[in-house]
Amino acid sequence: MKSRFDLPTLFVGAAAAFVLAFIYLPMVVVVVYSFNPDAVNVFPMRGFSLRWYRMLLDDEQLVSALRVSLLIALGGTSIGLLLGVPGAIALARHEFPGKRILERIVLLPLTLPGIVTGVAMLSFFPLIGVPVSLLAVLIGHGTFLIAITLTQVYARLRRLDPSLEEASADLGAPPLTTFFRVILPNIKTAIIGSALLSFTLSLDEIPVTFFLIAGDNTLPIQIWAMMRRGISPEVNAISTLVFAGSIGLILLGTALGGRDKE
Amino acid sequence: MDTAPAAKATVHAQNPPKRRALLFLVLPPALWLLCFLVLPYLGLFIQSFLGSDDLGNVVLEPTLDPWKAFFTKTLYRSTLLYTFKIALTVTSLSVLFSVPLAYFIAFKVRRWKELLYSLIIVPLWVSYIVRAYAWKIILGREGILNSFLQWAKITDAPVEAFLYSEWAIVIGLVHIYTPFVLMPVYTAFEQIPRSLVEASKDLGAGRLTTFFRVVFPLSLPGVIAGGTFAFVLTLGDFLAPVLLGGTDNLMISNVVQNLFGTSNDRPLGSVVGIVLLVVVVALLETTSRAEKSFASLESGRGRLGGAR
Repeated sequence: MKSRFDLPTLFVGAAAAFVLAFIYLPMVVVVVYSFNPDAVNVFPMRGFSLRWYRMLLDDEQLVSALRVSLLIALGGTSIGLLLGVPGAIALARHEFPGKRILERIVLLPLTLPGIVTGVAMLSFFPLIGVPVSLLAVLIGHGTFLIAITLTQVYARLRRLDPSLEEASADLGAPPLTTFFRVILPNIKTAIIGSALLSFTLSLDEIPVTFFLIAGDNTLPIQIWAMMRRGISPEVNAISTLVFAGSIGLILLGTALGGRDKE
Repeated sequence: MDTAPAAKATVHAQNPPKRRALLFLVLPPALWLLCFLVLPYLGLFIQSFLGSDDLGNVVLEPTLDPWKAFFTKTLYRSTLLYTFKIALTVTSLSVLFSVPLAYFIAFKVRRWKELLYSLIIVPLWVSYIVRAYAWKIILGREGILNSFLQWAKITDAPVEAFLYSEWAIVIGLVHIYTPFVLMPVYTAFEQIPRSLVEASKDLGAGRLTTFFRVVFPLSLPGVIAGGTFAFVLTLGDFLAPVLLGGTDNLMISNVVQNLFGTSNDRPLGSVVGIVLLVVVVALLETTSRAEKSFASLESGRGRLGGAR
């Protein structure tokens, strides 16, 4: 497969470079213009300034939105782990009536448009005593994060030889011991990976949150509200921090979870 | 709530401890999904057959009016068609953009492969809202593109037409959803046995012939999977149309959003939501079948036989 860099290869290479630029250039623009000293995004930029970052720190609504988002992400991820991991074990290791249906239901929040899930929850939650509120947002996030964790851990369990667990049980280990000493070490990286994925997705979630929120905004909804009010370079600054945060989480994920994230 | 088929974990032949363990494992997630996911969807369906009073509150009177309204008013049909058109454009462009980049990384790069692969994965995790916003500051009237064009003396006044147009939506969505297409297309390219490509060349096929008759057909499952992602995600998008398309280019999800918001007609909103849901499910079902039928070609018979 040793190919010289000839004309067709150059052509494909140029197309590839164009697409990569198309994906990255807009993000680079936002980062560069977050250091813009002017209030208008002009080309070329006239200098360098941190004023918009200083402005962020004083923006109480934004700081509170960040706090709300982190809390929801933490809570949602915990719900996802507490219910998703057992669910994955049940689906991967046991036979029970309704298993097929459960398998399909779990995929719904991942495949159906978020807006439909959002309006369905908006209509139904008040009927069971959950008004639009941060609690509703938390339940909404928890629901799709169960799906995320369950599918990720399930995929790992399917690749794990069940005879290990059978051996553990045959040697007299009670189910909990088998879980902690045989299953858990083997699915640890999948759990860490799905927790980080859940956290990131929750921090970024809009379609469901949009309909369940009342008053206290999450970070993306607050950014959305700021954008609708008009273009402010402050949004460039918070966007840059959001980029940095996502990339930090990805690096953490690769460092902790190894290569097996699909 | 004990009617949940999934929750009804009545295990017969297993020993009691295992049965108890299973209940302990499966009941909490099954009940959660029943209460907070299945019942809300069911409620949406029921709501689409209910009436509403003058204030827009939903009342418990069965009626077909919302469905009649949906099928008689042309607004909904035309918005749906417009949304399909946008989604099709976004899907085609995303695929067109993904194939060369994925091909290049899969076949032409060796040393920087890991890095380039990470570069196409990273955007999947990076904030949706911020990436849509990036195009707003680039394409806006006082945006960077206009400012650049004037600086370079290509235009002397700001071009109004960049932002708040159909093209702005398409560009923004292609930018946001191309990574979703790139990943499955790249995976498909990577899975093609290199020996097949070499065999094609050894048998005298040129590069183009090899690409169009061996490599591309084998990548079709990835292309279909990625294209489906782009299409379905575009159908459900209601933020980019507002942010980049302004008020004149609303898509079907904006209709849902408005009916549950300012217009406050939840039964009709539920109808549109259910229609959207049915379209998406039908689409996913069709494409997953198509994927499988193309994936079976990997066995080496089928189309590959024809290429030889």
